[in-house]
Amino acid sequence: MSHQILLGDEAIALGAVHAGLSAGYSYPGTPASEIMEYLVRLAGETKAFTAVWSVNEKVAYEEALGASFAGKRALVSFKHVGLNVAADPFMNSAVTGANGGLLVVSADDPGMHSSQNEQDSRYYVQFAQIFAYEPSDHQEAYDMAREAFDVSERFGLPVLMRMVTRLAHSRSPVQTREPRGPNELKTGAAKDWTLLPMNARRRFALLLDRQPEMVRFSEESPFNVLKLNESDRSLGVIASGVGYNYFREAMKGEAALPSFLKVSTYPLPESLIRKLVGHVDAVLVIEDGYPFIERQLKGLFGIVGKTVLGKLSGAFPVTGELSPDIVRRALGRDPLPAVAASGLPLSGRPPQLCVGCPHGDTFKALNKALENYPGSNVFSDIGCYTLGALPPYNAVQTCVCMGASVGMARGASDVGLHPVLSVIGDSTFAHSGITPLLGAAFANTDMTVIVLDNATTAMTGGQPSYGTGERLLRIIEGVGVAKEHIRTIEPLPKNHEKNIQVIKEEIDYRGLSVIVAIRECVQETRKKRS
Amino acid sequence: MKQDIILAGVGGQGILSIAYVIDNAALADGLFFKQAEVHGMAQRGGAVQSHMRLSSDAIWSDLIPKGEADMILSVEPLEALRYFEYLRPGGIVVTSSTPYRNIPDYPDIDRVLEAVRKAPRSVVVDSEKLAREAGTVKAQNIVLLGAAAGSLILKEASLLATIDALFRGRGAAVLEANLKAFELGKKAALGA
Repeated sequence: MSHQILLGDEAIALGAVHAGLSAGYSYPGTPASEIMEYLVRLAGETKAFTAVWSVNEKVAYEEALGASFAGKRALVSFKHVGLNVAADPFMNSAVTGANGGLLVVSADDPGMHSSQNEQDSRYYVQFAQIFAYEPSDHQEAYDMAREAFDVSERFGLPVLMRMVTRLAHSRSPVQTREPRGPNELKTGAAKDWTLLPMNARRRFALLLDRQPEMVRFSEESPFNVLKLNESDRSLGVIASGVGYNYFREAMKGEAALPSFLKVSTYPLPESLIRKLVGHVDAVLVIEDGYPFIERQLKGLFGIVGKTVLGKLSGAFPVTGELSPDIVRRALGRDPLPAVAASGLPLSGRPPQLCVGCPHGDTFKALNKALENYPGSNVFSDIGCYTLGALPPYNAVQTCVCMGASVGMARGASDVGLHPVLSVIGDSTFAHSGITPLLGAAFANTDMTVIVLDNATTAMTGGQPSYGTGERLLRIIEGVGVAKEHIRTIEPLPKNHEKNIQVIKEEIDYRGLSVIVAIRECVQETRKKRS
Repeated sequence: MKQDIILAGVGGQGILSIAYVIDNAALADGLFFKQAEVHGMAQRGGAVQSHMRLSSDAIWSDLIPKGEADMILSVEPLEALRYFEYLRPGGIVVTSSTPYRNIPDYPDIDRVLEAVRKAPRSVVVDSEKLAREAGTVKAQNIVLLGAAAGSLILKEASLLATIDALFRGRGAAVLEANLKAFELGKKAALGA
């Protein structure tokens, strides 16, 4: 037993390792990246398990599922929207089931600190009908990750852990326990894992049959805590994850707490909820993310004779991240006395491209090249270069999801827009830009794709990229782009005029071109120097 | 005993290194702590902050409620102002006077410093000058940590031990410069 200072993400990773992990897979994405960062570091030191940055989240999920089918304990982690990419194997793995314990970590980003949406992974849990944990602190993250593998093996199903940014990126000491070894290899259950309709029907029926057992397990979990206040029945609180922390924070210094239920597992612990609701007149639901619990509680008609308060009732804002201040207000407590704001108007300080970033040079050349094409559209993708949407560049017009720029460019071109460009980083291109390019190459679509090859996954801290340098050029040629329309530029101020020329030439070519802008990320260059 | 600190600055200024030192010192001193930080997009030259909570009792929220912060410790003066509403009455602001101008509309620095001094208590140090004096302009964060040290509930020996552990691997000169930066910051705060 020892204390280690860990990020919430790292607590999950270490819990998984101590549960006997054999393999972990992930694609970087804030706020989940630090799970795999930690696993990669630890695997490098101990050589006790495999830790891999995968090409994308779907591939990561399938790799983890394969390790589980081989009888070993596996983990797959990603940010919430990564689960969209992995949704196909995820949903189907609830039907096939798992063999070795399989832990899926999905890190939500309420408040969209670094994301395109606020989707709540608990809906996926309900959708797939599997068991899930939602930790409120670091110790729980560690303990739940350990337990999750046993639960996964007990139910023969993947288990999900729902994280949120606030816990993922908070540090605190965690008490660790004696690690255990990995599983033995064990294959088998071909009829469970081959989802032909006759097998899938049987497996799906089995999944449905397991539901009451999962609810019972949830009801018995020590992570769910019910405390009833016998003398005050006016208000009860249902709080999950970090929402529970804010509840307790707000009630600090109060002589007595209202009745409360801390929810840490899903499916919801129904009997505990009934007990709490039966005990009080009004229930306040405190949850970070969507009003998932609140909506189930209310149903279509509400609960006769009871008041349900939460995001739907207006007790909390429906969007954004919870905070101790918001929860304090919802509990009817006055704000704490505080120093007044300074009164000086404070300019915002949004993120921006680093000084000397190659993307900046590419955007400058691109803007110049497009000067005389007023009807153009530049579809962008996800990475540091999405900041090209902001001043001083204002160079791109979309950011939707990983790899989307290439497919969207084709759609716009198909219906007659010209010029149409796509801007995509090398890691995002490998993630999911290759497949749409394959289709565009087959059709020789009139569009120009600019791949920004900075040789890394920069936005999330410099994870490996699978399509960079020579390999990237061979991939582009391999999907069928005409060799004479695969151009390379070096985005540097001294090449500005030359680069404008290349971009113009390829815009004027009424077929598919790919321009690869090659220069290493300045952060990576700096790391190598120090 | 508790101390809630907002650490502030601009992405790349070493706010997380300050947090690292405080975290480890807190562990050595047997305190509970939670430290919420910012990763991802904001680290690219944007405003970053970390909520650092130290206590002899268990801590609930990872975030500091408004009005609970005992200290704002900022490596950049404009960034110190951003979190005033978190400061409790009587709280202290420890900040650098060196502006980080990566935005077009950075206000007049004298007005920024004047606003900083409206805090109930404030310590303003010229971290750039002191860090240069210590041997590396990169050590501004440690200058600030030194300037705050006298007001922290942590043992100075624990802070120094962690600075030692953090920089020892980067060579004797770097370690020496950071230890000196800490000392200069501490002295400057006494005189401020």
